[in-house]
Amino acid sequence: MLTYEERALDAIGDATRRVVLKRLRGGGRSVGEIADGMAVSRPAISQHLKILKSARLVTVHAVGTRRVYAVDTRGIQSVRNWLDGFWDEALTAFKAAAERETAKGRKQ
Amino acid sequence: MTEPTAGFDPNCVRKVVRVEAPRAVAWRVFTEKMGAWWPLGYYKIGKASAVDAIIEPRVGGRWYERGDDGSTCQWGSVLAWVPPSRLVLSWDIGADWKYDATLNTEIEIRFIAEGRSRTRVELEHRQLDRYGARRDEMRRIYDTEGDWGKLLEMFAQVAADE
Repeated sequence: MLTYEERALDAIGDATRRVVLKRLRGGGRSVGEIADGMAVSRPAISQHLKILKSARLVTVHAVGTRRVYAVDTRGIQSVRNWLDGFWDEALTAFKAAAERETAKGRKQ
Repeated sequence: MTEPTAGFDPNCVRKVVRVEAPRAVAWRVFTEKMGAWWPLGYYKIGKASAVDAIIEPRVGGRWYERGDDGSTCQWGSVLAWVPPSRLVLSWDIGADWKYDATLNTEIEIRFIAEGRSRTRVELEHRQLDRYGARRDEMRRIYDTEGDWGKLLEMFAQVAADE
């Protein structure tokens, strides 16, 4: 159950990986574009991307012959949920659902 | 967001949330439509993708998730069923996030009307001492992380804001 949360938290505990994530904030980039200007080799960046991907923090998709990496909001969300706490998260979602249901009842 | 409640009990997490909904609606959404709001993407234990969370509406009823392949995984069972004001569930998910029928931590949810269209929902997750040596770790997950959480939440928000 917590596998992804734990992996995500471990993944962002590394300074290089945080820089990689920041570089993806503005949109998808290739390994070369991410590594550009960083004092880290491309193979090392690839390795970091692999870890970020296994933590669901980045996704990869092909655009022509390029492999483009982008932020995966699922991993980001899982970190938020872990930090927000289990019951805060569940009850906040419940509150939204109950209020939606009430609004729906009023309209009918 | 939920509101903090007074008093620290290491074996118990308490939460209060105010819902702009009549008590009957709050009860119904909580008990009958749990699958519509429970964060099934990550708060689930089965191998399959969870598509619903179900509370069988009677004392002794099962509380379980249903996967997209039709499989079910039990979370706990109904200990008290008093619509529309009080529900007590056992939460039998161990620190390894697997079902353990003997765990028996308890969750009590009270629905208190604050006027016709507002409900205060109080949740108490207790008997966390049943987690033994892993109690504090589990309590942290169920409760919030305070300032730490806020910091990283800000990071997460920015990161997601692509």
